[in-house]
Amino acid sequence: MFSKGTKRKFSDGDEDLSDESLVGARVASSYSLQRQSLLDMSLIKLQLCHMLVEPNLCRSVLIANTVRQIQEEMTHDGSWHMVTEAFCGTGQSPSERLVATEVLCRSREQDAEPKLFSVISYEGCREEEVVADETLCSVSVSDTVSNVCLAGRMGQCWEKSELSGVERDEEALEDSREDEEVDTEDGASTEGPKTIGQVFGTFEIKNGSPGPDSALEELFSDVDTSYYDLDTMLTGMQSAPKMGPYDLLDSLAPSHSSPSIVSTPNCRSDLNELDHIMEIIVGS
Amino acid sequence: MGEDGESPKINHSFLRDYVTEADVISTVEFNQTGDLLATGDKGGRVVIFQRETEPKGEPEELGESGEYNVYSTFQSHEPDFDYLKSLEIEEKINKIRWLPQQNAAHFLLSTNDKTIKLWKVSERDKRPEGYNLKDEEGRIKDISTVTSLRVPVLKPTDLMVEVRPRRIFANGHTYHVNSISVNSDGETYLSADDLRINMWHLDITDRSFNIVDIKPANMEDLTEVITAAEFHPHHCHLFVYSSSKGTLRLCDMRESALCDKHSKIFEEPEDPGNRSFFSEIISSVSDVKFSHSGRYLLTRDYLTVKVWDLNMEKGPVETYQVHEYLRSKLCSLYENDCIFDKFECVWNSTDSVIMTGAYNSFFRMFDRETGRGVTLEAWRESSKPRAVLRTRRVYTGGRRRRGDVGVDSLDFTKKILHMAWHPAENIIAIAATNNLYIFQDRVNAENQ
Repeated sequence: MFSKGTKRKFSDGDEDLSDESLVGARVASSYSLQRQSLLDMSLIKLQLCHMLVEPNLCRSVLIANTVRQIQEEMTHDGSWHMVTEAFCGTGQSPSERLVATEVLCRSREQDAEPKLFSVISYEGCREEEVVADETLCSVSVSDTVSNVCLAGRMGQCWEKSELSGVERDEEALEDSREDEEVDTEDGASTEGPKTIGQVFGTFEIKNGSPGPDSALEELFSDVDTSYYDLDTMLTGMQSAPKMGPYDLLDSLAPSHSSPSIVSTPNCRSDLNELDHIMEIIVGS
Repeated sequence: MGEDGESPKINHSFLRDYVTEADVISTVEFNQTGDLLATGDKGGRVVIFQRETEPKGEPEELGESGEYNVYSTFQSHEPDFDYLKSLEIEEKINKIRWLPQQNAAHFLLSTNDKTIKLWKVSERDKRPEGYNLKDEEGRIKDISTVTSLRVPVLKPTDLMVEVRPRRIFANGHTYHVNSISVNSDGETYLSADDLRINMWHLDITDRSFNIVDIKPANMEDLTEVITAAEFHPHHCHLFVYSSSKGTLRLCDMRESALCDKHSKIFEEPEDPGNRSFFSEIISSVSDVKFSHSGRYLLTRDYLTVKVWDLNMEKGPVETYQVHEYLRSKLCSLYENDCIFDKFECVWNSTDSVIMTGAYNSFFRMFDRETGRGVTLEAWRESSKPRAVLRTRRVYTGGRRRRGDVGVDSLDFTKKILHMAWHPAENIIAIAATNNLYIFQDRVNAENQ
């Protein structure tokens, strides 16, 4: 319910602010805090669509657009790496950090935004893999914090490894998806849009749309592949569009070990942590 | 534009309120004559009210007019389950539209998220009596007891209202149906979901034509959905649909079978001064209505109602602020999801007044000629039947008057989303959660 009278002042009664730059810095950090809160809130809203009744597509699209907008702005500002600190530092819930409503709603000068490649790319979540299975959705719900946390760290690695610079086209990145180097990091960092893709994906009736392996698909058409899709998503394996059950057995072995390709020691420890978290969640 | 001036000339009277058994009303619609008023609720039921006619021969007394009483109630949609997606299909009635009356029976279309149904509402006040083979209770008679033949005759009985489903238009939509609109040709209607618009023939249930499809090849590229659609009141080839990005597209079905390419697009350029993260969300159009004349469009987005001239695409000709004081609260309203509320908007019969809902059981009326707006309240506690509605005000600064409501005191759970205006008279029906309010303008009982 809408809470009454909980407006908090933007400036917390700092009377002795004579230094303009200090004020400016406070404003800026306050703004980015609130922007961060908005991002957190939006991601949580997107996650919490998994009720028994189909969620509202319009609402999901609007929230997703807001998330994209924030991401673009944060990329533009170069403050995307701050996602980690904000998320994993305090562990507070987003609503607690929502300080004041005015600042975030305040109008802001927008420069003409160049078409930026969003740091979080929309990849790997093809429709065929997204099955309207509640377990699939509920797994991703519990993944929220850990995955977004990872997204931040991945973002850091991203910048360092220069794998896909901000200038690169989205199409070019499509090709690089097959590149193993990008795979794991991308898989880990696509928490947000993966969710968005999932959310939109659940709206789609799962048709037997002919994929690249249509013959293979026909062969295994009666096999329930939903569980295998779950595995492929969790292990971040983006290469195969849709694997038959036998293919998956081969890939199950290395799935839980640390991926071999990391660019910095930072990422390796983070990936170990990811595996650990995944194991707990999946309960394997 | 003037705001909330006290208009002593407008004398609104509160006739009665109808409680519809704790079910939230989700749609309200008058038929073409205004004698019937249909409401749909979250439980899938439709309640039809009928206006009492004055006794024959007596002129209408000043101040007396027909009241609306329950005429019929029926269960239109049942809860359903989509086995493919493991999701429930809500039985909530999203929209009701009446068909133009062609004979003694009335027809209406009602829709939930997936299925549209055509219902026939007919009266029966006679029944045949005197069957030869059946007795009065309907049991088959022993044939040996029949000694003579007689012709059954029709005898008057108590009025019985029968409602029967005549057509069921199923499996036409993958996404949630948000609008239905009957065409002026009397034969077809459109149904719109989030990504597609279909055109049906009223007599054919196993086929529909897809006339708009904005679904992207890759669902991850989805950034815009259809929020409402309506046929032009006179031109059977024209229809309009609104989007979540605040655009209106007018389509001409003569141009091509698939109207993905619009004939006209109505879009207001964004005000750079007011830009925020919520700009797109509040620009999403929640309802679009053609004027009765067919010349104008009325749209509702989160903070405003706008009137557009079909001849001018670059922006609305009139903009009215519904609750501008909420602009600084957008973040909180985003948090509690109120920012996604879909308010409807309606024209009066002469297209001179427009009306839309707000929070705290308030609804707003704007006089297009003067540009002035008034705030009224649909709340039982503050009105008695036949009392005059007083105008309300939300305090936003300046001198505070008695009765003003502060912005922080607004009750955001009491939202007026659905409403209807009588097609000929100044009678309005307002749905407030599970209550239906019917108001009538006594001073101007008929239109100028």
